[in-house]
Amino acid sequence: MTTASSADHPTRRDFLFVATGAAAAVGGAAALWPFISQMNPDASTIAAGAPIEVDLSPVAEGQDIKVFWRGKPIYISHRTKKQIDEARAVNVASLPDPQTDEARVKSGHEQWLVVIGICTHLGCIPIAHEGNYDGFFCPCHGSQYDSSGRIRQGPAPANLPVPPYQFVSDTKIQIG
Amino acid sequence: MSGPSDYQPSNPALQWIERRLPILGLMHSSFVVYPTPRNLNYWWTFGAILSFMLGMQILTGVILAMHYTPHADLAFKSVELIVRDVNYGWLLRNMHACGASMFFFAVYVHMLRGLYYGSYKEPREVLWILGVIIYLLMMATGFMGYVLPWGQMSFWGATVITNLFSAIPYFGESIVTLLWGGYSVGNPTLNRFFSLHYLLPFLIAGVVVLHVWALHVAGQNNPDGVEPKTEKDTVPFTPHATIKDMFGVACFMLLYAWFIFYMPNYLGDADNYIPANPGVTPPHIVPEWYYLPFYAILRSIPNKLAGVIAMFGAIIILCFLPWLDAAKTRSSKYRPLAKQFFWIFVVVCILLGYLGAQPPEGIYVVAGRVLTVCYFAYFLIVLPLLSRIEKPRPVPNSISDAVLAKTGSRSTPMVSTAIVLALAGSLFAGSVDSAKASEGSDQPPGNKWSFSGPFGKFDRGALQRGLKVYKEVCASCHGLSYVAFRNLSEPGGPGYSVAQAAAFASEYKVKDGPNDAGDMFERAGRPADYFPSPFPNEQAARAANGGAAPPDLSLITKARSYKRGFPWFIFDFFSQYQEQGPDYVSAVLQGFEDKVPEGVTIPEGSYYNKYFPGHAIKMPKPLSDGQVTYDDGSPTTVAQYAKDVTTFLMWTAEPHMEARKRLGFQVFVFLILFAGLMYFTKKKVWASSH
Ligand code: FES
Repeated sequence: MTTASSADHPTRRDFLFVATGAAAAVGGAAALWPFISQMNPDASTIAAGAPIEVDLSPVAEGQDIKVFWRGKPIYISHRTKKQIDEARAVNVASLPDPQTDEARVKSGHEQWLVVIGICTHLGCIPIAHEGNYDGFFCPCHGSQYDSSGRIRQGPAPANLPVPPYQFVSDTKIQIG
Repeated sequence: MSGPSDYQPSNPALQWIERRLPILGLMHSSFVVYPTPRNLNYWWTFGAILSFMLGMQILTGVILAMHYTPHADLAFKSVELIVRDVNYGWLLRNMHACGASMFFFAVYVHMLRGLYYGSYKEPREVLWILGVIIYLLMMATGFMGYVLPWGQMSFWGATVITNLFSAIPYFGESIVTLLWGGYSVGNPTLNRFFSLHYLLPFLIAGVVVLHVWALHVAGQNNPDGVEPKTEKDTVPFTPHATIKDMFGVACFMLLYAWFIFYMPNYLGDADNYIPANPGVTPPHIVPEWYYLPFYAILRSIPNKLAGVIAMFGAIIILCFLPWLDAAKTRSSKYRPLAKQFFWIFVVVCILLGYLGAQPPEGIYVVAGRVLTVCYFAYFLIVLPLLSRIEKPRPVPNSISDAVLAKTGSRSTPMVSTAIVLALAGSLFAGSVDSAKASEGSDQPPGNKWSFSGPFGKFDRGALQRGLKVYKEVCASCHGLSYVAFRNLSEPGGPGYSVAQAAAFASEYKVKDGPNDAGDMFERAGRPADYFPSPFPNEQAARAANGGAAPPDLSLITKARSYKRGFPWFIFDFFSQYQEQGPDYVSAVLQGFEDKVPEGVTIPEGSYYNKYFPGHAIKMPKPLSDGQVTYDDGSPTTVAQYAKDVTTFLMWTAEPHMEARKRLGFQVFVFLILFAGLMYFTKKKVWASSH
């Protein structure tokens, strides 16, 4: 700004430059917002992520089903007595991500395990009824989950997360 | 960009880079110390404005591509989803669509400025030719971009423009097939246009770099057309030119924002809100306003091949301009005759543009031919002749002399004419609407709408009543397939609560499936569902309605319009009149008459409607007094029903209209303040240089 020498008082000139610069900065920052905000899920995606209801009556003991909610696979396992007992017999303190089986199911519905079927390592889909713990086995890097969906072995750091859900009746749950 | 620079950054890290890649020095010499003539006027800011617009188009385009689906079955819908569901999607789409028009408007000003001041003359021929190449690339890009929304104008514009190449002898047909990737314009065409529309802007950016490079080698021309001789003739680019350019851009943004927030459809065509239909051509195929002069030239020549050659020739001839005009004096300021002919040429272009939007019949054809001859005569006869016979006025010795002489007398009349004409040019597009004439029908009467004007809002009561009318009357034949039940509870809509919208949705039966057994089943509607259509497909709709499928109503108020004509479309720009669609829809609903006027015959199975184009409409009179009960005490008359349902359909066509106008006001307050600040900053910076 060396050429803009004039008889004016320098502070007035500075104020003008600062005000203009500040206005440009504020306007530019505000204008950025729509360009960032548009990357978020759009209204139809959000609406499609509404809760879903699942009928459990056709799922026999020892079977499990996979449903999709918000694009994520949800495993719903109808556990056998043996699976439940195994899950409850473990010393919780010895687990990598300590959590009791009771905390991972709804009381009164212990036979139902509902977990998000996404490996907590890097997002692959574990296979049900495989591995050494009567639970899930992730083929990508060998993580093994037990019959409560808790991590037991392998690189995954955490248990399979439990999605928000509740029982609307004895044979029907609402996920979400 | 001329020679190594002696620029040395003080920061050691920058020094380290500078020794290995002198990019900072390049920037410094090109955009900081670069000497710029001190007599440049505001027409010279359009270079910066164009750079700004190119940046804007690339930025918004890259973002729109994140949400757009280039498939013939999904493209139209995906654009609607961008506008309705993506956060600020309506804003980004308006910025991109209006941005194209603004880009062309700026490029025309920039080109005419070059023409007026002789900026194409020695030693700037290559600079000028690079500019013509950019312009050609822009035209190709703009055309392909217009195809992507896959509306009726997109589809038929693509058909007509690609068919231009069929005029080429022997190879024409094969070239057209090659362009289409099929036997007609279809999905492969759309896919490749999308790919190329994404590619070409980066080519443009590349040629712009060459253009700027050439500019910095030859130096900028200036209004007096004399080369800078001493230091006194120039000022450093930064801050002088930068601040002036930024002020120019800020002013331009005001115009741009006017379109984005208040007139987003002013420059478009209502037909493009109708999904592409390969079986029906719109009554008038009209390209975007920026192609109209060339379209007029194409149509005024009765031979196919000759027409195509003339159209392309009208652009290519610009490349030869430096040699067609051999006059030594650059600026028309000192060429009294050239100046007059320049303005005549501008008028010829504007009139050609006007004709391009008119139906090709009668007087319009004759006028088109005369003006086509004038267009070419300017380049081939007037300019070569003038350079021989014209006696220019003496040019000033130097730029500083010119600046000193100017301080007393200002040549304002020329500038004001230019502004008026430029404005007229920018308004041209309005005639696109007027070309889409609804012949043989009365002009729909204007209504007072709560949603018109810069502060317009929807009348909630009318929206709720309109929904009732739609549900009880229209819905038996017309779908509303872009509107979801959840929209009813969104801000700016009819104002229902989430629970009310869910209850409304649950009254509908929606087809879903397949279930585990592979069967489709029906269930109660949810807020995420869309209004179910009354017919399973278009054929069923056609069969049930005497051969005419009732159109989907989601976009009807934007997909219908009527001829405004000159000079109305110019007033509309200032008054923000945007309600052709609602006026038309409400008029048609009330335009049924049992008594067919003398001399009009209505075919069997059709009804007479005063406002429907051609008067014979397949829809029987849908509304009668007292048909729908209102709980809020509003009159149960046809006029009231029409008003309510039209308001409702305006909302379904643009659910974010209130947000658009609200944000528009905020943006305007900011831009006016900012432009004011820029103006005073610019004055300060230049204080010592005048
Ligand atoms: S993603 Fe499952 S083990 Fe790596």
